[in-house]
Amino acid sequence: MATYQYPKYPYHPPTFAGGVAPLAQVVIVGGGQVGLTMALDLAQRGVASVVLDEDNTVSDGSRAICQAKRTLEIWDRMGVAAPMMEKGVTWNEGHVFYRDEQLYAFNMQENPRSKFPAFINIQQYYVEQFLIEQAVQQPLIDLRWCHRVTGLETTSDGVRLVVETPDGTYTQPCDWLVAADGVRSTIRRQMGLSFSGQVFEDHFLIADIVMQREGPAIRRFYFDPPWGPEASALMHRQSDNVWRLDFQLGWNVDRDEELRDENVFARIRRMIGPDTPFELEWKSLYTFQCRSIDRYRHDRVLFIGDAAHQVSPFGARGGNGGVQDADNLGWKLALVVQGRAGVTLLDTYDEERRFAAAENILNSTRATDFITPKTPVSEVYRNAVLDLARDFPFARALVNSGRLSVPAHLKESSLNGADELQGAVRPGSPVPALPLSVPGDASVSHLTDVLGDGFTLLCFGPANADLSLDSDLAVRLLHAGRDFHDMDGGVVAAFGVQDDAVVLVRPDQHVMACWRAPVPATILDTLSMITGDCR
Amino acid sequence: MSGLKHEPGISDPDGFYQELIDAVQRLSTEDALAFSARLNLLLANHIGDRTVLREAIEAARKGLEDHE
Repeated sequence: MATYQYPKYPYHPPTFAGGVAPLAQVVIVGGGQVGLTMALDLAQRGVASVVLDEDNTVSDGSRAICQAKRTLEIWDRMGVAAPMMEKGVTWNEGHVFYRDEQLYAFNMQENPRSKFPAFINIQQYYVEQFLIEQAVQQPLIDLRWCHRVTGLETTSDGVRLVVETPDGTYTQPCDWLVAADGVRSTIRRQMGLSFSGQVFEDHFLIADIVMQREGPAIRRFYFDPPWGPEASALMHRQSDNVWRLDFQLGWNVDRDEELRDENVFARIRRMIGPDTPFELEWKSLYTFQCRSIDRYRHDRVLFIGDAAHQVSPFGARGGNGGVQDADNLGWKLALVVQGRAGVTLLDTYDEERRFAAAENILNSTRATDFITPKTPVSEVYRNAVLDLARDFPFARALVNSGRLSVPAHLKESSLNGADELQGAVRPGSPVPALPLSVPGDASVSHLTDVLGDGFTLLCFGPANADLSLDSDLAVRLLHAGRDFHDMDGGVVAAFGVQDDAVVLVRPDQHVMACWRAPVPATILDTLSMITGDCR
Repeated sequence: MSGLKHEPGISDPDGFYQELIDAVQRLSTEDALAFSARLNLLLANHIGDRTVLREAIEAARKGLEDHE
């Protein structure tokens, strides 16, 4: 490609080829965006992992491009958000067009004082490159390139993998296996798990082009664009003046014909105009599906990312959902590996992320039904919505060009404790990155900066000034007004703080419980849901 | 207690019916379907109440079979 040189990472021949490798606590299969995030999260919590990847470079071609605010917050916790922000293109607004008019615009930035924008666009190969650059700094991560898993055997206390390398095959035993090997997951197939869902009868053509064009980075979605026969089209600016164009072609198309350069070029020309010079970097034709496996934990094997669930691309819920999987699993697996929590804590990973995946699949399916109406009658309604949307704002709310990734609010989680405050941020919600300051620490600008990687109690009100807690979980207590200053009352408002409120935040920065005036025993009782059967 | 009104609620029912038919009867079947879809959406938004809308959708669907 013109704008990117694929790095080649060093393959090291295994000294144990032909034999058995030393037991690993955790093996992660798949060194992509999700698997690498998993490895970094575990390492940050002091847990070593082996990452097996079948090739020795980053994601081939153009895949995920939109990284959401929540993903950036998670990567920030791992110290890897900065290079992403520097390289990525920031955007908050989406503009929706129908034929030759703009119907409406929406802004995804809920809070302009957040630490991160609603989205950045960045090619997946950069994302993986930055994650790898961070991972190689981590002695706890053993990155093994050109190590392909070809078989596995589950035992009562772990998994034995058959790993193939250019220098021979070896057996890799591990206590825990994290399958992050994507939509064609070898682990999932080896275990014979059904991956079922819905197939959508439509073809989309992706073209990534390099062109010089000024103007703000916004998401542009066109229904029935005036320039061509496509049913819809999408345009996104990425780094290095690369633009993602996405054309909806319909179901009955000749794939080879559509992928011929002259036909691809003609579509691009019609969209961007005849005079703009461009270079084609990548083209592909895809169909999509929404599907999931039934359970994300199978005893010692945990599925994350596309290996567990697949969504249509409208909404950017695939990659972002996968990063949130890793964020959810990391602290739980670390506590279990360290013997500080019982293994049943891992069932809450399955529960919480299956809930989130169902939400992502629902949103993705609804968007797809709007973009690709399944029947002529469905299309009549879709077009009625678009026709009304020009004059009636209510209809704009029904226009669905993709409901973009927002973090899962784990409202129904069995880990949620007391819900005694009336703010918008409740048990199960991720803590928003609201402005905040800490005396004497200029590196802190937002609430998420002070939370760190462990359990945190945010304590408000004078009665909690001397609160102390004797817990095995190393809970940090932060007192409002002493350990941090709520800059503009945003934190108090978000939680609906009243009286002597205390908010318990989990290591993945989701709220676990909100109390009005708890005693330590109450808090400890809630924390015992974590330590559970290991006591 | 149903949220959807079952009793007469339109003043001058004959006049309303005539207006409705006048609006659609010279349309092609295709355009008439588009008209109905638009009218449904406009009225649904005006009502807004999801319970009422659900009851209305169920009432309208009653007796109609899935077409395979």
